[in-house]
Amino acid sequence: MPEPAHQTIRLSIGSRYENIELVQAVLDETLESLPIDEETGYWMGIALREALTNAIKHGNGLDPEKKVDVCLAVDEIGVDITVEDQGSGFDPDAVADPLAPDNLLRTEGRGIFYMRRFMDKIDYDFGADGGTKVRLHKKFGAPGISAEADQGGANED
Amino acid sequence: MKIEKRQRDGATILDLQGRITIGEGDVALREAVLAAVGEGATSILLNMGRVRSIDSSGVGELVAAYTTVTNRGGKLRLFSMPSRILGVLQITQLVTVLDILEDEDEAVASLA
Repeated sequence: MPEPAHQTIRLSIGSRYENIELVQAVLDETLESLPIDEETGYWMGIALREALTNAIKHGNGLDPEKKVDVCLAVDEIGVDITVEDQGSGFDPDAVADPLAPDNLLRTEGRGIFYMRRFMDKIDYDFGADGGTKVRLHKKFGAPGISAEADQGGANED
Repeated sequence: MKIEKRQRDGATILDLQGRITIGEGDVALREAVLAAVGEGATSILLNMGRVRSIDSSGVGELVAAYTTVTNRGGKLRLFSMPSRILGVLQITQLVTVLDILEDEDEAVASLA
C-alpha cells in the first residue's frame, strides 16, 4: 500500500451528544483509505467518543454555546486526533484508578482508561486561558488492540 | 438503541439492540431496567447479543443496573455477549463483578 497522503480535517461542534455521531462518521470515512484494520479502527472510534464525551460533558458542561474543536491529522507515521474544549481544565493524574477494588462498581471514571488502552499514546495540554486539549495518537502498523482479559495489567499511568 | 421486553420462566428478559452509548442508549437502558424493577421484576436478564457498541457511559449504566437490582435483593444477568462488548468489560475487570452467561438457556437456568 502506498504511503498515506498527508491530510488534516478540522471540525468545530456544539456541545451536544448527537454531534459525537458526526465526528465518528468523519473518522470512519478517513480511516477507510488508511492502513488501519477494521478492528483497530473500531477501538479508535471508541477512544474518540470518550474524548468527545469528556469535552462535551466535563469540559463544556453541556453548554451548547461552547464549542469542541476536533482535528484529525494523518501523516506517514499515523493518525493524530486532537479534541479541545472550552472548559476550565482538570488534573488527569487525579482521576481515580477504575481498576481499584473500591472503584469497580463506580458508574463513571473509565473514559480516560479506555482512551489510553485503545490508542498508542494520549497526552493533554491546558491552555493559559482555559480549555483542555487531548491528543490521541495511533501509529500505522502498531500492534493490534487487545481487548482480551487483562486482570490487573493495565493502569492509569 | 431499541429494547424489547419479554418474560420467560419468571425472568424479565430485555433484548437490547444497537449502541449503549452516551445520550441515547445509556438512558434507554436505565429507563428499561428501572421500569422493570418498578413493575416488580426481581430476575432481570439482559440479552446483549445485538449490542453493536458500548462506551464508558454504557458500561456505567450496566454497573448501575447491576447495583440497582442487587441492592433490592434481585438478580441481574447478562448473556450472549459479543466479543467486543465482553472485551470492554474485561479490561476494566467488570467480568469479575457482573454475572455473564453464555446464552439465554444458561442465564435462565442460573436463576433457579
